[in-house]
Amino acid sequence: MFIYLENASYTYNLNMPFETKALDSINLSIDRGEFIGIIGHTGCGKTTLLQLLNGLLEPTIGHVFIDGVDIHQNKKGLKEIRKKIGLTFQYPENQLFEESIYKEIAFGPRNLGITDDLLDERVKKAMKMVELDYNQYKDRSPFELSGGEMRRVAIASVLAIDPEIIILDEPTASLDPQSHASFLTLIKNLYQKYHKTMILVSHNMDVIAELAQRVLVMEKGKIIMDSTPRNIFQESVEQLEKIGLELPQVTYVMHRLKQMGKEVNSGVLTIEEAKEEIFSILKVKKSNNEIF
Amino acid sequence: MKFFRNLTIGQYVHKDSPIHKLDPRIKILTSLLMMILIFLTESWWSFLIIGFFFTVNIWLSKVQIKYVLRGLKPILVLIILTLFIHLFTTPGEVIFQIGVIRMTWEGLSRGMFIAVRLFLLILTTSWLTLTTSPIALTDGIERLLSFFKIIGFPAHEIAMMMTIALRFIPTLMEETEKIIKAQMSRGADFESGNILKRMKNMIPIIIPLFINAFHRADELAIAMEARCYRGGEGRTHYRALSFKYLDKVFFMIISFTIALIIIINVV
Ligand SMILES: Nc1ncnc2c1ncn2[C@@H]1O[C@H](COP(=O)(O)OP(=O)(O)OP(=O)(O)O)[C@@H](O)[C@H]1O
Ligand SMILES: [Mg+2]
Repeated sequence: MFIYLENASYTYNLNMPFETKALDSINLSIDRGEFIGIIGHTGCGKTTLLQLLNGLLEPTIGHVFIDGVDIHQNKKGLKEIRKKIGLTFQYPENQLFEESIYKEIAFGPRNLGITDDLLDERVKKAMKMVELDYNQYKDRSPFELSGGEMRRVAIASVLAIDPEIIILDEPTASLDPQSHASFLTLIKNLYQKYHKTMILVSHNMDVIAELAQRVLVMEKGKIIMDSTPRNIFQESVEQLEKIGLELPQVTYVMHRLKQMGKEVNSGVLTIEEAKEEIFSILKVKKSNNEIF
Repeated sequence: MKFFRNLTIGQYVHKDSPIHKLDPRIKILTSLLMMILIFLTESWWSFLIIGFFFTVNIWLSKVQIKYVLRGLKPILVLIILTLFIHLFTTPGEVIFQIGVIRMTWEGLSRGMFIAVRLFLLILTTSWLTLTTSPIALTDGIERLLSFFKIIGFPAHEIAMMMTIALRFIPTLMEETEKIIKAQMSRGADFESGNILKRMKNMIPIIIPLFINAFHRADELAIAMEARCYRGGEGRTHYRALSFKYLDKVFFMIISFTIALIIIINVV
C-alpha cells in the first residue's frame, strides 16, 4: 500500500466561530499504479483531500501514512514526501514567477538540490512530458504564453521533481476544446507511457469516465462511493443525480437510445465504446433488412 | 502549515443585538470621545464609569467575553511593562528596596492608573470593531468625513478605497496561502535558512501574488466602469443611515455619561 488515510478528518478554522468541517472520517488506501478519479459537488472537500495526501494539511483527527510511515510524526520528512507526491492545484498558471520557462521548471528540482546536467535533463524530460518543445520554449517568459501553455509549464514544473504519483486538481478547467483534448492525451500519456500513479479531480464526467480506473465519489466531506467507473455510472445513476452529479454525455445518449427501444448497452462510458455499440445495432438492422 | 489560519481580519462578531443595530456614526463618535476622555482624565471615578459603561455595552451586545479578551492579549505585555516601569521609576514613599531597585507607593498607583488607561483604550476599540461590521464602519466614516467635503476632502474616494481594501484582504490572504502551498508542492522551503535566504525564498510568493493582484485590480476597474461608476458625485446608498429610536436612546445615555465624566473631572 502506497498511501493510506486512517479515519482522517479535517476542519478549517478549528475552534473559531466560522469553522467548517471539510473532511469527515476518511478511510482510503491508494496503491502504486492506480488511476483514481475523484468527483463530487463543489465544496465537498476534494481539494482538501488532495492536500492531506502530500502533507500540506495535517488532519485534525486521524493519520496519513505513506509507505507505512505516519508523515506527521516527522516534520522534516515532509519534503521527501513532496518529492514522491506531486500536486498541482486548480489554475496552476497562477503560481508562475520566473523570468524564463527553463528557470520556472527548474525551480522544483533545484529546491531538491539537483544541479547542472542533471537539472537540464530533468527540465527537458518534463517539457517532453507536457509536449513543449525545449529549444523553442526554454528562454521565453512564462507570462507571454497562452493560458493552456502556461498550465503546461506549471504542470511540467511539478513533473520535473519526478514524483511517483501525480495529483491534478481540475487540470482541464476553463480550457478551450482543443487544448482540452490535448490535455487528455497528455494525462493519458503520464499514466500509460511514463507509468505514474495518477489522481485526478474533475467536474467533467467524460474525462473521468475516459481516464480513471477507480472513481471516488465524495459528498459533504465523505467518500460515499469507491468503485470502477463502469459500476458507478451504470448502477448508481439515481444516487449520483441526487447529489447533483451527471453522467458522461455519451452515457446519456445511450440511455436515450435504450428508452427509444434500441437494443444498446447503456453502461457505455466513452465515445469509442458508443461508436461500437451504435455500429453493432446498425449492423443487426442491416442484416435484418437483408433477411426481409 | 499554520500560515494564516489563526488570523482574522476585523474582529467583527455577528450577533443580533441592539448594540450591533446602532448607527455606525454614533458608535464611531462615541469611541472617539471616550478615547479622548480616557486620555485626558486623571480620576479613578471616570475610569469606573467608563469601565461600567463598556461592560454593560458588551453584555448587551451578546459578544462572548473570550473575543474581547482575545483583543486584549496582544497588548497585555505592553500593559504589564508600563506597570513595572512606573512601579520602579516613580519617586516617592518606598514600599521596599533591593540595592538600587526600589518600589514606591506612588509608582504603584501611577502604574495601575496607566495600565487601566491602556486597558480601557483597547476595550473601547474592541467594542467598536467587535460590534460593527467593516462595511458599516467605512460607511460611517464616509458619512462623518463627508462633512469635510466642503474643503475638497475626497471622502467618498477614501471610503471606496477602504471598502475595496477590506473586501480584498481575505481574498489576497487566501491567494497567498494557495500560492505558498503550490510552491511548497514544488519543493520550496519557507521555514529554514537565515533571514537573507528566507527573504529570497519569498520571491516565488510575492511575484505571483502581485501579478494576480494587478489582474484583479484591472478587472475590478473595468467591471466598475462597465457599471458606470463615476465617483461619489450624486451617488445614493443602498443602506441609507438614519437615526432610529434606538440611536436616540443611546445618544441620550452617552451624552449623560460623558457629561457625568466631565463634571467629575472639573469638580
Ligand atoms: N482555506 C479555507 N478556509 C476555510 N474554509 C475552507 C478553505 N478551503 C476550503 N474551505 C471549505 O472547505 C470545504 C471543502 O472545500 P474544498 O476546497 O476541499 O472543496 P472542493 O471539493 O475542492 O470544491 P471545488 O469543486 O469547488 O473545488 C468548503 O466548504 C470550503 O468552503
Ligand atoms: Mg477544489
